[in-house]
Amino acid sequence: MKYEVLINGHSHQIELERAAKGYQATVDGEAFAIDAAMTARDVLSIIHDGRNYEAKREYSLMGETHIIMGSERFEAEVRDPRSLRSRRAAAGHEAGPAKIMAPMPGKIVRVIVHEGDEVEAGQGLIVVEAMKMQNEIKAPKKGKVTKITVAESATVNAGDLLMIVE
Amino acid sequence: MFKRILIANRGEIAVRVIRACREMGIESVAVYSDVDRRALHVRKADFAEYLGPAQASESYLNIPKILAAAKRSGAEAIHPGYGFLSENAKFARACREAGIVFIGPSPESMEMMGSKTKARQNMKKAGVPFVPGTDTGLKSAAEALEVAEKIGYPVMLKASAGGGGKGMRMVTSSKELASALETTQSEAQRAFGDSEVYIEKFIESPRHVEMQIFGDTQGNVIYLAERECSVQRRHQKVLEEAPCSFVDPDMRRRMGEVAVQVGKAANYVNAGTVEFLVDAKKNFYFLEMNTRLQVEHPVTEMVTGIDLVHLQFRIAAGEPLPIGQQDIVLRGHAIELRVYAEDPDNNFFPSPGRITRLISPSGPGLRRDSGMYEGWVVPLDYDPLLGKLIAYGENRTQVINRLRRALSEYFIGGIKTNISLFRRILLNPDFQAGKVDTGFLDRLLKEPIEGDERTARRVPIVALAAAIFAQQPPPGTQPSGNDDGLHNIASRASQTDSSEAPGAKTSGWKNAARHEGVGR
Repeated sequence: MKYEVLINGHSHQIELERAAKGYQATVDGEAFAIDAAMTARDVLSIIHDGRNYEAKREYSLMGETHIIMGSERFEAEVRDPRSLRSRRAAAGHEAGPAKIMAPMPGKIVRVIVHEGDEVEAGQGLIVVEAMKMQNEIKAPKKGKVTKITVAESATVNAGDLLMIVE
Repeated sequence: MFKRILIANRGEIAVRVIRACREMGIESVAVYSDVDRRALHVRKADFAEYLGPAQASESYLNIPKILAAAKRSGAEAIHPGYGFLSENAKFARACREAGIVFIGPSPESMEMMGSKTKARQNMKKAGVPFVPGTDTGLKSAAEALEVAEKIGYPVMLKASAGGGGKGMRMVTSSKELASALETTQSEAQRAFGDSEVYIEKFIESPRHVEMQIFGDTQGNVIYLAERECSVQRRHQKVLEEAPCSFVDPDMRRRMGEVAVQVGKAANYVNAGTVEFLVDAKKNFYFLEMNTRLQVEHPVTEMVTGIDLVHLQFRIAAGEPLPIGQQDIVLRGHAIELRVYAEDPDNNFFPSPGRITRLISPSGPGLRRDSGMYEGWVVPLDYDPLLGKLIAYGENRTQVINRLRRALSEYFIGGIKTNISLFRRILLNPDFQAGKVDTGFLDRLLKEPIEGDERTARRVPIVALAAAIFAQQPPPGTQPSGNDDGLHNIASRASQTDSSEAPGAKTSGWKNAARHEGVGR
């Protein structure tokens, strides 16, 4: 099976085939014979060339996948070329409205901007409080605030839509 | 000794105190709010009393509710932990009036140390060294200008009722002073209900070193050596160690004697901590006193061999200190890492939520004080401290290497934690050389993260792992009773290695267990 895997934003072409013990794979054309064993949910033990690795998978609240190896964290995104979802995700990345979502569950303590405001990239939009800390969420890009879906003192969950910047 | 103690706290510190209770044959009473019914401290205690809603003012900060819980459960004493009501003199007094022992100092000592300006005035009388500045609240901008001129810029404006890094502002020139004073005062009024602000000389790149003291009801006070707490972010401690590599035996003795002076001047009973700022020339200045057990108390326990919570119980029960100053001998080195539910890659955003996977390190020289377990949901209502990883060793280098090893074993899945930050700190040459000050971590965080050759070797393996994981269903979407997606690799592994040929529907766990049994 072929995959495109983005590790920390860098694209890698993967070919993965089951073999007698583990997998016969290539990464960007280079051959890798690996022995892989899932030792627990989200914990994968890999032996390659006699060297032992342990990869752990976790999901951030925003739904991104992270792979932990040793104490290093890698951002990982797998694009199965046949999957509609990943094609959509790829298309949504380039332009169009930016959805501002709650990065964590918490309470809205301040809405800094108004609908119709023009904002610069990096400008503070909204302040969410959780665990006794206030966190300002900033505009990911320059644009216009077209919609605000929450009011001050509202409680939000991770991933809830807060506003849209176009 | 007490028969039953109520712990008016939650999280790792409540678990820590419950463990001490069990070790001393004392029954423990946990308290909990709506969101903490499943918390570890409630599971570990002998008794549990419900307080109320998640909001701290309705639960862990609610004095009448906690006293009622103590009465109901028949607790003779209350351990307040740290935070919440631990430094609240009103609470200590209410306990006394209710006939319950407060495990800590008297309300009078707490009041004396609670206000920074009051503490300054009293400590000055006792001959304790201070950072140059005012002992009383500033009356006017003119007074602030005059004092600042005398002690020299930069200066710090500090709210008398402030703490934990809140209510402070640095001023570098006379032009900014008047407006900065006004802002600090109004902030202090809003945050603490008290607008009193005083002024202090700003010490450049200071270290934050604190001295653990213990007093008994007979008037004896001893010091249990220092802790280095300079590694801080936004004035919150992240890593602490004992002893401090910058402090030599003579300086330790002088600081210790000053700390004992402070304790005696406050008629201090039980565990307390005297905080000092230390400049590059090894001058030390009294900062404040914390009238409670500190988060970082384990590093002192490791290097002195004394269990501070056991000692707290004994002192609170009226026993004299069982040891004298000459009995305190330091051995080895200890470092504590504070594991927070926050994302170091995303501006340290808090990260509450379910812990889907917890793999904890073990092995030589490690101690974990933690309030979490796999499957537990970290509530968003309280402090993000999940637990502490403490390492002990012969010397500082061994402890650093031990912690690096332990971190490679540590995994907390489902939420973000600051574990990766510690790897950066422990690898930093300045940290390894013991060259830290309170600005160390902010400087480190501004440096770009560089991967080493190991990172380069890992990347293709990580990419392969990601692809293999992608063939597995994500957590939470797993239909119950169907294990094949999750465990097919484990099943395949045991299939190749053992004679057993499990069917597709057999759990990989069972096979793995069988296989392990055979291997042994």
